[in-house]
Amino acid sequence: MFKRSKDNKIERNQISYHSMRDTSLIRLFILPTIILLVVINVFPLFWSLILSFSNYSAKMLTQWGENPEMIGGVNYSRILADPDMWNKFITTAKYVLLSVGGEMILGFGLALLIQLKFKGREFITTLLILPMTMSPVIVGLMWRLFYNPNWGMFNYLLGLGRIDWISDPSRNLYSIVIVDIWMWTPFVMLLSIAGLSAIPQYLYEAAEIDRASWWSKFRRITLPIVYPILLVALIFRTMEAFKIFDLPMGITGRGAMAPPLIAMHLYNISFVTWKTSYGSAIGYIILIVIIAITSIFIKYLNKAKQ
Amino acid sequence: MAEIVRKKKNITRYFVIFIIIVITIIYLMPFLYIIYTSFRPWTDILEYPPKIVFKPSIGSYIRIFTSRTVYPPGEKLTEEEMANLSWYERIVYNETNEEVIRIGDLPRRYLNSIIIGVASTAITIILGTICAYGFSRFKVRGKDDLLFFILSTRMLPPVVVVIPVFLMFRFLGLTDTHIGLIILYTAFNVSFAVWVLKGFIDEIPIEYEEAAMVDGYTRFQAFRMIVIPQAATGIAATAVFCFIFAWNEYAFAFLLSRKIAQTVPAWLPYQMGVLGYDWGAAAAGTILFLLPALIFTIILRKHLVRGITFGAIRK
Repeated sequence: MFKRSKDNKIERNQISYHSMRDTSLIRLFILPTIILLVVINVFPLFWSLILSFSNYSAKMLTQWGENPEMIGGVNYSRILADPDMWNKFITTAKYVLLSVGGEMILGFGLALLIQLKFKGREFITTLLILPMTMSPVIVGLMWRLFYNPNWGMFNYLLGLGRIDWISDPSRNLYSIVIVDIWMWTPFVMLLSIAGLSAIPQYLYEAAEIDRASWWSKFRRITLPIVYPILLVALIFRTMEAFKIFDLPMGITGRGAMAPPLIAMHLYNISFVTWKTSYGSAIGYIILIVIIAITSIFIKYLNKAKQ
Repeated sequence: MAEIVRKKKNITRYFVIFIIIVITIIYLMPFLYIIYTSFRPWTDILEYPPKIVFKPSIGSYIRIFTSRTVYPPGEKLTEEEMANLSWYERIVYNETNEEVIRIGDLPRRYLNSIIIGVASTAITIILGTICAYGFSRFKVRGKDDLLFFILSTRMLPPVVVVIPVFLMFRFLGLTDTHIGLIILYTAFNVSFAVWVLKGFIDEIPIEYEEAAMVDGYTRFQAFRMIVIPQAATGIAATAVFCFIFAWNEYAFAFLLSRKIAQTVPAWLPYQMGVLGYDWGAAAAGTILFLLPALIFTIILRKHLVRGITFGAIRK
């Protein structure tokens, strides 16, 4: 996905530019960005790794140059041995599965429906993509009002009684899933539309002549061509859903009634109880899980592209 | 026979359009509800089941903009005092029996959001454009690796770097400053900008610059007078994306700003208690905050696919 095939023409021109020897210009153009990224992203990443092997707390007043005690992998082994942590990872996995699954199905279905050419199609698509660029925490706040059991409209419109969607721990994970699906279905829809519009029309015409059924057209033409783009959507959504933080913060806040999602837990550990090193270790475990999941998807993606 | 088939096709067509419209309306429901709540007068907000027909009031918008105190119970303003009140004070008095004491916290937070969003977008675009140009036009050693590195910094979950960034900012005294958040948002947006802008610049034929440079332009002049105007649409679209990201960002703003540099997302969700569960004001604040992003999304819709996939998919 991330490596574009090289255009021969550009390659040729680049060689001719190289002979002009503007290497100093290259540095001038590229280095500022690289330096900024190293300072703000790479340096903290390594710092975090070192912290995760120590017993530092940001509340301790350490002198500059005085290093916190290194305790090896104790933080990691404590996390892995903690059943509560496992519970949090499982809840997060459930969240990812439900929300991303829902988004993929609904988004692709919506894209198929909206394939139909009709007047006002552009307008409808624009209306549908609006939730996507809203701030997640504000979307959460908006839904908190909408869900409110006493005067919110959600229960009223669905004809439900006064169901508490926010502070009931057995339910509020699902209410966040609903909002996540609401917010990100347009993302999958938009990518699917882009994928569907790339299918050459003559394939369907040929299938029409062969009197292929709707289902076999879908299975043999539509799905294989859209598949890579659906995988891209899946990768993006999984990564985002796994580290979900702002949406639940807007809906439930991070109090005792909040669902046990891993990123929220990390904030509580690091900035409420100030176990900085322990939090860093959790962060690293999250990073490893995300990298593992996405590299599996990317493997599928590369296979699909061949 | 053909007639019947066509008729049948037409019926399915209208049916699908009908379904699409119904879905769209259902989809917009939460948003419509917030608009509706923000315009309801104070006295009906807590009514259940909600009234559909009501007299709209902008009281909620005034309340989110102001700080007020409640008049002592039983105390009534005289006719003369009423006449001295300005229009917004009169609305507040009539609705909630409160006195406006000063401008509230929202304008300040809103201004912070604008300052941080605009400044970080400007820096991102300057850095991103020249970097993208460098990657697009020069043969850089290890180019693919460098580009992948740039992308991977964006994919990094904030939860992993948030602790060291917090410590770093605390050490440098950047906590709760505009400059701190601007640097942070620039760093998080620049990788995105480089990727998307590189796609846009790649599309400009290199022959234009070559011709200009044969005519005696320096590389900088060629970049400024040929590439920038050609890529203007792409640069504008990327800028809007960066602004929306910065405008919406929550996790870092929540952690690294308390008061002076606090942005709207870090402030608004915590006003529920402060406002005494004033749902109308919360809804009004939500609308005011979402509006810029919504307008930008509508302007941007043609480039949206390209933006959300970092330029991987071009329509």
